[in-house]
Amino acid sequence: MKINFVLNGLPKTWVIAPGEMFLDTLRNHHITSVKRGCDSTSCGVCTILLDGKPVPSCALLSIRVDGHVITTVEGIASEVEKIANHFGEEGADQCGFCNPSMALTVYALKMENKHATDEEIKAYLMGNLCRCTGYIAQHKAIHKYLGDES
Amino acid sequence: MNMKQYFQAASLQEAYLKMIESSGNSIIGGGVWMKLSTKKLDAAIGLELLALDTIEETTDSYEIGSMVTLRQIETHPDLKKLSSGILSKAAGKIMGVPFRNLATIGGSIMGKFAFSDLLAPLLVMDVALVFYKAGTMPLSEFLDQRKMNPDVLIKIIVPKTESHGYFHKVSTTALDFATLNLAIASGSDGIKMAIGARPSIAVRAWKAENFINRQLKPTDADIEQAIMIACEELKFGSNNKASADYRKTLAKAYLKRGLKEVMYGED
Repeated sequence: MKINFVLNGLPKTWVIAPGEMFLDTLRNHHITSVKRGCDSTSCGVCTILLDGKPVPSCALLSIRVDGHVITTVEGIASEVEKIANHFGEEGADQCGFCNPSMALTVYALKMENKHATDEEIKAYLMGNLCRCTGYIAQHKAIHKYLGDES
Repeated sequence: MNMKQYFQAASLQEAYLKMIESSGNSIIGGGVWMKLSTKKLDAAIGLELLALDTIEETTDSYEIGSMVTLRQIETHPDLKKLSSGILSKAAGKIMGVPFRNLATIGGSIMGKFAFSDLLAPLLVMDVALVFYKAGTMPLSEFLDQRKMNPDVLIKIIVPKTESHGYFHKVSTTALDFATLNLAIASGSDGIKMAIGARPSIAVRAWKAENFINRQLKPTDADIEQAIMIACEELKFGSNNKASADYRKTLAKAYLKRGLKEVMYGED
């Protein structure tokens, strides 16, 4: 079966199998910024944006992407650069495995709630694990990014 | 979960006809727990084309489409207020935001998941389910049924009953399943209590409700008595998360806090 959708601004037509999960579809098409962590909907490293909303691609049936707009970290390059700079300045980076999903989730948070409090940031990032540098530095970086008007 | 075919229904009738075609066919809600199942499906049926993903307000209720996500429930301005927002609160404690953007209320109900955090608040809010074939049915009746004829859940009707609500989930970590969850609502039609993840599926504590609702001015002793009745009528079990005794102790403590909160506004 075929799906038609928009990936990072470009129209795509891909062939998928029934029951295929979108994480597999993306990685089969060499979109490897989307990572596989737990594969049981817990860790968040496979997060992508479906019509602007963060979702775990490991739990998203590929057929349900038909007619929708998908954004991976490549689609928000200029925002990612800002996020990366703030993370770098705060020393909030380490292995980088969770960074693409973190960037997408933080970007979605900014779109939804620009003035998020610490508690709101915490609640929004609950489903994104693997923060090997800890939480404090990342919270500082996220606050700076939310306030970044550049 | 494996599937031979994915069938995107173009109408409710089509979805229903596909459901009754084979016992190996099943509707997929959000699909978030699919990977954890080894079940093999002939056809997975999708309802995503049927516009069941909206929350509509009527004069006396909110009608939640079966494909509405947990995140929509969590962030809906009116549901955040109804019965002190217990339904939104419960939805907001399930996994992370990305998960809640996919998981649907229909899937949560039809899966009859014993660990569900939504069932307890839905039970005390006296919601009704609307099926394509079976029509309207109270949630408690649906949960009590051992087996149901294949059907399509269309929407969930949440009455606009004014009440004070209490919801509490006990879990080891924020992302973990509940060790126990409970919901209480106190409105003009009395007090309602439901406890889930005991570890079996959420149920109302009917006897305890009857007792407390018979008291004109319930005292602290009446509350203690109601809690005792609830703990006797409900079955608590042991699993790798907690023992039956531990669950019962939790239930006693949180029922007391919850009842005092909804009755006197005490925390």
